[in-house]
Amino acid sequence: MKVTRETVTGWLQAAPLTVVLLGFLVAPIITIVIVSFWQATEFSIIPAFSLENYEFLFGSPVTYKVFAATFKYAFLTWAMTLAIGFTVAYYLAFHIRSQTMQIALFLLCTIPFWTSNIIRMISWIPFLGRNGIANQTLISWGVIDQPLEWLLYSDFSVILAFVHLYTLFMVVPIFNTMMRIDRNLIEAARDNGASGFQTLVHVIIPLTKPGIMIGTIFVLTLVMGDFITVRFMSGSQRANVGRLISNDIALLQYPSAAATAVVLLCTVLIVIGILLRFVNIRKEL
Amino acid sequence: MEKRPRSFYVLTVIFALFVLFLYGPTITIGILSFQGPEGGLTFPMRGVSLNWFHELFQQQAVGDIWGAFRRSFMLGLLVMVTTVVVSVMAGLAFRKKFPGSGILFYLTIASLVIPSILISLGVGLIFNQLGLKVHWATSGFGSQLTWTLPFGLLIMFAVFNRFDKSFEEAARDQGASAWQTIRFVVLPIIAPSLIGVALFGFTLSYDEFARTLLTAGSYNTLPLEIFGMTTNVTTPVVYALGTLTTAFSLLIIGAFLIAAWIMARRRARLGSDAGKGV
Repeated sequence: MKVTRETVTGWLQAAPLTVVLLGFLVAPIITIVIVSFWQATEFSIIPAFSLENYEFLFGSPVTYKVFAATFKYAFLTWAMTLAIGFTVAYYLAFHIRSQTMQIALFLLCTIPFWTSNIIRMISWIPFLGRNGIANQTLISWGVIDQPLEWLLYSDFSVILAFVHLYTLFMVVPIFNTMMRIDRNLIEAARDNGASGFQTLVHVIIPLTKPGIMIGTIFVLTLVMGDFITVRFMSGSQRANVGRLISNDIALLQYPSAAATAVVLLCTVLIVIGILLRFVNIRKEL
Repeated sequence: MEKRPRSFYVLTVIFALFVLFLYGPTITIGILSFQGPEGGLTFPMRGVSLNWFHELFQQQAVGDIWGAFRRSFMLGLLVMVTTVVVSVMAGLAFRKKFPGSGILFYLTIASLVIPSILISLGVGLIFNQLGLKVHWATSGFGSQLTWTLPFGLLIMFAVFNRFDKSFEEAARDQGASAWQTIRFVVLPIIAPSLIGVALFGFTLSYDEFARTLLTAGSYNTLPLEIFGMTTNVTTPVVYALGTLTTAFSLLIIGAFLIAAWIMARRRARLGSDAGKGV
């Protein structure tokens, strides 16, 4: 291979990014994999090569329950963010006619992304609490006469918070692909007698698939790797894999946390691997 | 103009509900943070006061939130500048086909989708094993870059995909060196998008929780401090802090958006004069 001047410039320009990713992405993952084979005592971790952590992990019924819960959260959040995200993106892309309005409404949807997730979670408390707005309203309407207990600190509140935090990750890529659909195709569908619904199902949805896939990857990986939303919104009463890891960390059981992290990473990578069969990300940029 | 179909009105209602869903809770804690001194975490309001904001300024009441704010602000600026510089350089690199670009691209995507807690844990372990102390400005800073740089790079991809290369060719034809072409032609053209990269860099760092959890060391950043408060503070003071930080975020976002808008307008005004001559 001939190394040209352009190649060298390219390498130099890419060097800072490479250094950061090697130091803070690749090296940490390698470390986690190594440490996952180590042993831990109450006070320290000991270099070793033992499968103890994995044996314990795969031998415990808790692990399977927690993984099942993680998939449940991921699936429900995915289904809801997709339904809401697609609808919102469709409205913005095809029903808003002025470009200024489109940009304004799009920004309105994205601004919360740039504010704090923790605070957005906290802000559900006055809504969902035992004496919160939701219960007060339902009681005053006479729908219920006892406050609902499952609104806060339950699966319901966890999924609600996920949908609240992550729908944006669906809206943005779907909107982006929709904006690139050639408007003539839609006109052609209509000229050929397709109803609005038929155009949606046979033209728009197939052409929006790459955006849907990118949004799906975002939402699934964010939910599967989460630990703080589940901890906070369930009042520590529910668990997912992320919480398993963070609990081990809190007990200073780093090797065990590392083993769980490795299994989580593999799971996430398998899910992404499957999804990537449906979309070529590089082509979509 | 064509008549709106009925679906338009249905979708408008859905969209409005979605926006309400997005902003409603934040607005609610905004209101509740003005709760009177006797008031609790939910409605009814027992009077209106600045009591809880006042309490934030009392040293003894809660942890070191002002210190945490200063650290988060500094870290945000640091991450912002680094993200802009590194993303632009990498963006320029990816315009060439250099060996290794494929791997680097997939590493960047991996950085975006990897569960944050792995970065936190891994970086914490490395520092631990090397006998280094984790600190927000070293380990915390690096960990946050693994979240902001992929966004920066994706924006740069979008920018350079729409970039008209004839400007560069024109500059080169007139004798500009490679550096002059970048400095006086490419950078000014992409400047408004760099504001976007900077916005991502600052806000994502300022709000980051998971990646700083095990890498910030003994001095908390603001999100860590706020999270700590939620477990042991049961008064609206948490709302007051939430309202203040959200207001600060909105201020920053507004400033960035206005800057981008002014630049775009300036460009429209000072841009092409085609057709204005004879």
